Amino acid sequence: MTDTRGDAAQQTDDFAFTAANLAKAKAIIARYPKGRQASAVMPLLDLGQRQNGGWLPPAAVECVAEMLDMPFIRVWEVASFYTMYNRAPVGRNHVQVCTNISCWLRGSDDVLDACRNTLDVEVGKTTDDGLFTLSEVECLGACVNAPMIMINDDFYEDLDAGSTQAILNALKEGGTPTPGPQNGRRGCESAAGPTTLSEVPEFKPKKPAKKRRPAKGKPSGGT
Amino acid sequence: MPKLTIDGIEVEVEPGMTVLQACEQAGAEIPRFCFHERLAIAGNCRMCLVSMERAPKPIASCAMPVADGMVIRTNTPEVQKMRKGVMEFLLINHPLDCPICDQGGECDLQDQAMAYGLDHGRYLDNKRAVEEKNMGPLIKTFMTRCIHCTRCIRFAEDVAGVPELGAIGRGEHMEITTYMERAMTSELSGNVIDLCPVGALTSAPYAFGARSWELGKTESVDVLDAVGSNIRVDSRGPVVMRILPRLNDDVNEEWISDKTRFACDGLKRQRLDQPYVRRDGRLEPATWAQALGAVADRMKGVDGSRVAALAGDLADCESMMALKDLMTALGSPNLDCRQDGAKLDPACRAAYLFNTTIAGIEDADACLVIGANPRWEAPLVNLRLRKRALAGGFTVGVLGPEVDLTFNYRGLGNEPGALAAMAAGDHPFAKVLKRAQRPMLILGVGALARPDGAAILAAARQIAEETGMIREKDGWNGFNVLHVAAARVGGLDLGFVPGTGGRDTEAILQGATQGEIEAVYLLGADEIDMARLGGPFVVYQGHHGDAGAGRADVVLPGAAYTEKNATYVSTEGRVQLGRLAVFPPGEARQDWKILRALSDAMGVTLPYDSLGEVRARLVESNPVFSVTETVQAASWGSFGTAGEIGSVPFVPPIDNFYMTDPISRVSETMAECTATFVQTTQRMTGTDG
Repeated sequence: MTDTRGDAAQQTDDFAFTAANLAKAKAIIARYPKGRQASAVMPLLDLGQRQNGGWLPPAAVECVAEMLDMPFIRVWEVASFYTMYNRAPVGRNHVQVCTNISCWLRGSDDVLDACRNTLDVEVGKTTDDGLFTLSEVECLGACVNAPMIMINDDFYEDLDAGSTQAILNALKEGGTPTPGPQNGRRGCESAAGPTTLSEVPEFKPKKPAKKRRPAKGKPSGGT
Repeated sequence: MPKLTIDGIEVEVEPGMTVLQACEQAGAEIPRFCFHERLAIAGNCRMCLVSMERAPKPIASCAMPVADGMVIRTNTPEVQKMRKGVMEFLLINHPLDCPICDQGGECDLQDQAMAYGLDHGRYLDNKRAVEEKNMGPLIKTFMTRCIHCTRCIRFAEDVAGVPELGAIGRGEHMEITTYMERAMTSELSGNVIDLCPVGALTSAPYAFGARSWELGKTESVDVLDAVGSNIRVDSRGPVVMRILPRLNDDVNEEWISDKTRFACDGLKRQRLDQPYVRRDGRLEPATWAQALGAVADRMKGVDGSRVAALAGDLADCESMMALKDLMTALGSPNLDCRQDGAKLDPACRAAYLFNTTIAGIEDADACLVIGANPRWEAPLVNLRLRKRALAGGFTVGVLGPEVDLTFNYRGLGNEPGALAAMAAGDHPFAKVLKRAQRPMLILGVGALARPDGAAILAAARQIAEETGMIREKDGWNGFNVLHVAAARVGGLDLGFVPGTGGRDTEAILQGATQGEIEAVYLLGADEIDMARLGGPFVVYQGHHGDAGAGRADVVLPGAAYTEKNATYVSTEGRVQLGRLAVFPPGEARQDWKILRALSDAMGVTLPYDSLGEVRARLVESNPVFSVTETVQAASWGSFGTAGEIGSVPFVPPIDNFYMTDPISRVSETMAECTATFVQTTQRMTGTDG
């Protein structure tokens, strides 16, 4: 069941963009033609969410709706459609574990268990110290480096139970673990080293082909 | 025009139609849930699949525009199979609770499942369950039943103009709701109940009250505003269970306002079901003979000039005719049907009609609204204005209080003096009207029910004439008076106005206070200041124990609009017949019969004994009564009295849409609406000043 009202208990009454964010919001709105300002709804919601510590209270939704001259419900529809807008408060680190097919085949169950055990929290819940929220999410588009988790804006890839634990412990201690593959792989190059283009091919210049010209005196084209 | 072949039948249809409509035209019925003729196309239920030649896959016929040479098949085994598949998916999450569902018996899903449903389900997992939503005191929700056709969302956004409904979540978790589950703030919200093809949105006051097949259905007209919405009264035994709209493209299309739909519970409360006679300051039950005798004794021998009669807002034409004839027989010229004191001119019919007609609004291209809030005074007129405004090229100017009309308009302030400028052509909006091809104006009765009403009427006439609203050559008449009382036009048509030397409402009240009037007959007149009636003998004939009955010396119980065969004339001048759905309670009688019996008791017997004879008398008094259902154009004339227009701002005649008459004032549902919408959101409609 979808929570239709967000977290009613935690609704904050007031929301207003800070001066810096307001300038950003205005720049975003200016990208779209006049009368089409509703197109800016997603970046503005994102901006609001970032300002509000990672979640969107109804007050922020209303603020965005008023800025874009949209009915509240239309903005609320957008905010509830996309899973990356959080309508309830989240911890400082929002740990999103991909359990979709590619990650699952590569061992996301272990990664999720490691998160649960290290953070001592169930999926969908926030730790008591407010540092972590654990969520299970669908494909985040990093299948080539599966399994992976996303913490706030960063992807941590090529995980196993151990490396997951290390990342989370580092975060607990206030550190900033390096995002990207955790098994020493560079980017998304093949895990087993290059299998093709491994040698420099021999260069053999070809004779240029003779250009054919239509014979003179004959009508060109058609029958 | 494109030609299509549908099931081997060749049809030619209007361009721009959808394949579904073309199929209907060819006689092939297409099942549908999301498609509705008066709403935007969504194409999301997939029930209307048909196969089209040379198309790789089935097409949703509701969303496919027609093209020349299409070959459509609607009855092949493949099409049947596709529809069965769609139906099976729809039923996966739909509960099997038809026996306890209010929609049972009139449910699109139920009906179509009979044609396309499987005899068993193949889905073994748990069905989806969705929490109920709060949509206000009128709409009861069972969201587990929702099939996400989005008709309600499209209605709220496009037709009602209150974009408050939406679909939140996605996929399996999609839910229809209002923002933060606030009540839907529209006076047309009840229509989503009719639109919902399943039992997800049902009528809250009617919940679990009756099954649709056990109701008697009577086609009638509404009297709670002056639009004359066509309604169907559903009754069981002596009780009106609910009121539904009836299709009439010229009047209400297929919508009705919430007051029309939900005020019917007021018909059960505070009814006058037997005659009363005041003895020693208290109203005591009496028999008809005693009551009629009491009136006859008191009024016999009183000079005609000392007797007066007022007709109320819900009075039918037959009873007003009978009362007028009775007053004439008693020699009294003191009668008035304008209990609000509006300075309407009965001499010229065009002066008090909505001449453009409601459907005619769609032809207009500029409109001036004077001192009216059409959203509350006539929601269905406002709906047409909005429909026309959305189509584009329609400039609306409002001279009066700033209210939310659900569409954009140009506020012209609230200075009645601007009318004089407009009549002289000096006002900027006068130029807009002049430039328009088909300009119109809507004059609210609130602007006429004031001391300078006659001058305002004259100014409005001058504006109409100066800006080309009145045209002989194509018959365009853009002058409109928007009434709020169903009885008003009928009363003016049959001449329920002061005779030569007679008193109007104001003079009657004044006369009563000063003792110049000895007896007053109130035919359902409750909207006057009863304190001003002073000392005279008051007879109240009506159906509810409202203000009039409280003041009366004799109460004669009449019938409400669902309890009599009666004629009403709408603000357009459309003569329509209301029909008896249930019998009046207890001793109450049909109104014209009461007057006929009273005339007998007074020794001035009225010359008619049957409804047919009363109606013949109506036609004799004014030939407009001979044609029902259609509007006859009224000829233009001179009316109004030029004069000084005061500076007092316009005040709309209705301060609470949900309570305007004796029926809606006692309705519990309307009281709830008042508490929910008027007392908390007056800010939104702006009528608080």
